[in-house]
Amino acid sequence: MLDLDLWKEILSALKQNRMRSFMTAFGVFWGIFMLIIMSGAGRALENGVLDGVKAFATNSAFFWTERTSIPYEGFQRGRRWIYDNQDIEYIRQNVKEIEYLSPRLFGWQQGGDNTVRGERTGSFNIFGDYPDYFKIDGWTPVKGRLMNEIDVRQKRKVCVIGERVEEMMFAKDEDPIGQYLKISGVYFQVVGVIHPETRINIGGGKKEETIIIPFSTMQTAYNYGDEIHFFSVTANKGTSVSELEEKLKRILKERHKIAPDDMQAIGSFNIEAEFKKFSALFFGIQALTWIVGIGTLMAGVIGVSNIMLVIIKERTQEIGIQRAIGATPGKIMLHIIAESVFLTVMAGYIGLSLGVGLLEVLNQILLAAGDEVFFRNPEVNLTMALSALAVLVFSGAFAGFIPARRAIKIKPIDALRDEG
Amino acid sequence: MITLNNIHKSYVMGSSKLHVLKGIDLDIEQGEFVSIMGSSGSGKSTLLNILGMLDNYDDGSYHLDNRLIADMSEKKAAQLRNEMVGFVFQSFNLISFKNAMENVALPLYYKGVNRKKRNAIAMEYLEKLGLAPWASHMPNEMSGGQKQRVAIARALISQPKIILADEPTGALDTTTSYEVMEILKEINEAGITVIIVTHEHDIAAMTQKVVRLKDGRIDEIIRNGELKAFRHTYTKELETA
Repeated sequence: MLDLDLWKEILSALKQNRMRSFMTAFGVFWGIFMLIIMSGAGRALENGVLDGVKAFATNSAFFWTERTSIPYEGFQRGRRWIYDNQDIEYIRQNVKEIEYLSPRLFGWQQGGDNTVRGERTGSFNIFGDYPDYFKIDGWTPVKGRLMNEIDVRQKRKVCVIGERVEEMMFAKDEDPIGQYLKISGVYFQVVGVIHPETRINIGGGKKEETIIIPFSTMQTAYNYGDEIHFFSVTANKGTSVSELEEKLKRILKERHKIAPDDMQAIGSFNIEAEFKKFSALFFGIQALTWIVGIGTLMAGVIGVSNIMLVIIKERTQEIGIQRAIGATPGKIMLHIIAESVFLTVMAGYIGLSLGVGLLEVLNQILLAAGDEVFFRNPEVNLTMALSALAVLVFSGAFAGFIPARRAIKIKPIDALRDEG
Repeated sequence: MITLNNIHKSYVMGSSKLHVLKGIDLDIEQGEFVSIMGSSGSGKSTLLNILGMLDNYDDGSYHLDNRLIADMSEKKAAQLRNEMVGFVFQSFNLISFKNAMENVALPLYYKGVNRKKRNAIAMEYLEKLGLAPWASHMPNEMSGGQKQRVAIARALISQPKIILADEPTGALDTTTSYEVMEILKEINEAGITVIIVTHEHDIAAMTQKVVRLKDGRIDEIIRNGELKAFRHTYTKELETA
């Protein structure tokens, strides 16, 4: 079927009209090039944003307290309230849908520098946390270790510090592990330097300027009693975190005598919902990319179709001869479609290669630009490339189909008479 | 071999209908050398196209080799053409980007003969026609007579029963025309039916039977012996024109 003679014919037909073939192919080339570039750029934005949140548990929700907004059971509106250890205990006992539960205390950066080491002072975000927190919001130890269960149980005076804290409180060649920091008047031993894996930020401030100490230590050492400022939960597999969020809110309202319809008293935030928004956004970007890309490609394909019609018009006589000496309509059709597919795929392939090449160059530039760009790994995956190829072959065949139909409709006799 | 019975053919030209063939009855035996003559518009090319299965007819019947040729699919017609008929055209109709050998081999390509074999066969035919040294030349590197000989080789390669030639000498000078006619004569002597359309009386005179068309009907059929008289009539026609 697709033998040497066919290829020879196709190549010679294209060669006869180099300029025209080139211009035609350019339309397709441009279409696929745009598709690749846009899709890569969209993907890069997605990667950039998701990279900032990928280590963050997507099934997590966060709770804090606000003033009540509805008077209830003798309490006036505007009451301040706070979670306590009993809440956490109760939730641990009674809510089985929870995977991780991590209460937190905020040591606000009040009145300037809260951390001292010899001559060095600094103002940092102090958090009291459970080790489970690291499973919700990922951090990796750069030096030393993360905080663990034993630290919490024994109320050890240890801390893990962000990279910026290390930079400010220690000399360049100093090993911070085992050294002490005086945090709001209490000495803590540094057991680890940690690097945030996500850009999601709870509690404000820069993540690199964070000091995390055991929750239990913080409660005791700074006289928080059994107060809890904030807690994070993740839902078990199969449980929707949004449902869990509602359930926990109900429980907490009941325990703290808050009107069930008080929408303000409990502040909460649910990553699942945010992720859905993100997914929708990126889906939208990808969809738009494909719509515009396919549109551009279509313009190219129509160009090919058009030029094929012209070619067939020019070759009417030739087709007539071929049919007179025994070429079947199927053969003629195959020939024209093959030519069209060849032109389209060649042009598309070049567009694909150049597009991928350009993305790779862009990627290198972005990698050199470092961590802070919300735009990374502009990539085209195999699926994308394969679907682009499929689109090309399909559109090539499509572009050839109408002219081919036209060609076989010409009666050999008319074709031969076409000479004038 | 060929039996035409009351063949009608008309073309639709916009709103009007052009009745080209108005009932043609014609018998051509195997091995005959026939020319079809007539003024332009008399329907001679149309008749040839119907004979060559390049066009279909509206009414009547056409038997080729005892087979009724009617309502065939394009595919079937193409195969039958390939098998039975060799075409020679006025403008040679060689494929411009194929060399002489490839042009000759083309019908075998459509028959599905592999490349090596069909090129070898094509060379044989080129040799027969004295064109072996020109095998690798492109059509635009050859003279008209050479091109027509290539076209004849191409028509012969599928070993057809009939050669249909539409004004085979129309684009050639007299000497070359006679050469080409000589070749066609040889082919005919080998047992192949040759039918040519021409309006040149000297060319027609070389055939055994002249079919003269006039306004879509057969005006007269002149056989070998009557050719002299025919030539006389023809000259008179020229004078009055």
